[in-house]
Amino acid sequence: MAAVIEFDRVTLAFDDQVVLRDVSFTLEEAHTKIVIGASGSGKSTILRLILGLLKPDSGAITINGERVDRLTEEELMRIRGGLGMVFQEGALFDSLTVRENVGYRLFEETSMPIPEVDARVQEVLGFVELAEFTDRMPSELSGGQRRRVAIARALTSKPRLLLYDEPTTGLDPITALTVDHEIIKLRDIEGVSAMLVTHQLRDAFYIATHEAVGQGSRLEFPVAAPAKADMTEFIMLKDGAVAFEGHADDLRHSDDPYLKAFLS
Amino acid sequence: MTWLAQWLKHSLQEVQDYFLLLGKVGRGLVTRPFYARDVMEQFDAIGAGSLTVVLLTGTFTGMVLALNSGITLDKFGARSMVGQLVSASMVKELGPVLTALIVCGRVGSSIAAELGSMTVTDQISALRALGTDPVRKLVIPRVVAGTLMVPVLTVIADGVGLVGAWLIAVTQLKVPAAPFWNSVVNGLYIEDVWMGLIKPFFLGFVLVSIGCYVGLQTRGGTQGVGRSTTNAVVAGSVVILAVDFLLTKFLFMVMY
Ligand SMILES: Nc1ncnc2c1ncn2[C@@H]1O[C@H](COP(=O)(O)OP(=O)(O)O)[C@@H](O)[C@H]1O
Ligand SMILES: [Mg+2]
Repeated sequence: MAAVIEFDRVTLAFDDQVVLRDVSFTLEEAHTKIVIGASGSGKSTILRLILGLLKPDSGAITINGERVDRLTEEELMRIRGGLGMVFQEGALFDSLTVRENVGYRLFEETSMPIPEVDARVQEVLGFVELAEFTDRMPSELSGGQRRRVAIARALTSKPRLLLYDEPTTGLDPITALTVDHEIIKLRDIEGVSAMLVTHQLRDAFYIATHEAVGQGSRLEFPVAAPAKADMTEFIMLKDGAVAFEGHADDLRHSDDPYLKAFLS
Repeated sequence: MTWLAQWLKHSLQEVQDYFLLLGKVGRGLVTRPFYARDVMEQFDAIGAGSLTVVLLTGTFTGMVLALNSGITLDKFGARSMVGQLVSASMVKELGPVLTALIVCGRVGSSIAAELGSMTVTDQISALRALGTDPVRKLVIPRVVAGTLMVPVLTVIADGVGLVGAWLIAVTQLKVPAAPFWNSVVNGLYIEDVWMGLIKPFFLGFVLVSIGCYVGLQTRGGTQGVGRSTTNAVVAGSVVILAVDFLLTKFLFMVMY
């Protein structure tokens, strides 16, 4: 199996605060890696490193075979084209409409004709079930709708790797579930690889243990078959290092006192 | 002592980061992509948006200059020369500096607030993640528009300032229009006009680039945005006055 992301002994410090220390892991194609850990444990930092928004102090970060830690900002733009990022709180451009947000990359950075861009925008907005919100401003959306628009924006250029930063934090359980379903759909129906950062354990376990079956609007989300469940792994960050790596079951049955405290 | 050393180190770091940003702006100006539509939007926001306030400050400045000069000149029985005094100080100094300060208060602060809130809500990171260089998309359009619009606004301020002075000269000082305008023209040397036209390009560049720099450096959520807005105006105003002084000195050396 090809590795989509590979971290090899990555270390990063801000001033004298070490955020990541010798962090290594591999994400395989079509797999999902869920990163959990307390606030400030460096989860978002990992996603920023993958995008090349930050550079590590040492170690190697390989995305689809390319060393992003060594690329210049201009070279990174090409890599980022194959990545979709859903930022914490969505990070929608608040001066642009939903349509302009979702189509941003195609409008601004490609020469794709406007009607084609609009068709793509409608397609991804349909995917997150917000097709009728095209002309709203982000300030006119609810928290859950903003997250789904952010997911749609990340999907516009058909990335094969998605990065989610706390996609359900701050949402009520019902709304969070709709976001979880989008994430499961993308993993099981579209087959995209993903890194999912969260400290919402309920959503993390739900995503890890359910699968999407069916098609179109007739999707169902039953408990995942073992082979499917194996494609989602957890990493737990603690004090800048990987404190646990494994599947949902291993995590639930771990004897480690810190893990137990974190999970309860 | 350590406190002073820390402060110096921090300030030097800030200055260095500011010049790094200017370097990126320079490179972005001569390479593609160039976001022309955003430049147009900024011309409108910075130029047209500042027109009212510049018209008002220009007029009142001209009026108060005429009043003050009139009283001073009366001591020498030279009241008819009021136009000369007003035109020299308006065109050479007050037009450029007051326009820059007013635009700094209005535009520098709003740029810092806008880019600052984009920074703290990850919109700047989102731009980069979507393949856009924030310097090209956000900084360059503002810097280009500011550098070109502040001179235009300055000329407008000079113009309405002289009209304001004329109103005061005719109604309050009883200096007839013809001698007033004659004296305005007599008071202006071509070097003064050049000085008054060259300075605002630099002042506009400085105030907008500082607004952008401060905005992009914002940390610490909503509170940070408030701090950045204030900092952009304070730093911008001080630097405007300092740059104005240095430029005036330099232009005196090369032109007069
Ligand atoms: N740009 C930065 N400058 C300084 N410190 C930072 C920066 N970004 C993150 N940090 C620090 O790094 C630590 C990890 O941050 P982050 O990855 O955002 O944590 P989280 O796991 O909550 O997403 C935090 O303590 C944070 O204060
Ligand atoms: Mg985070």
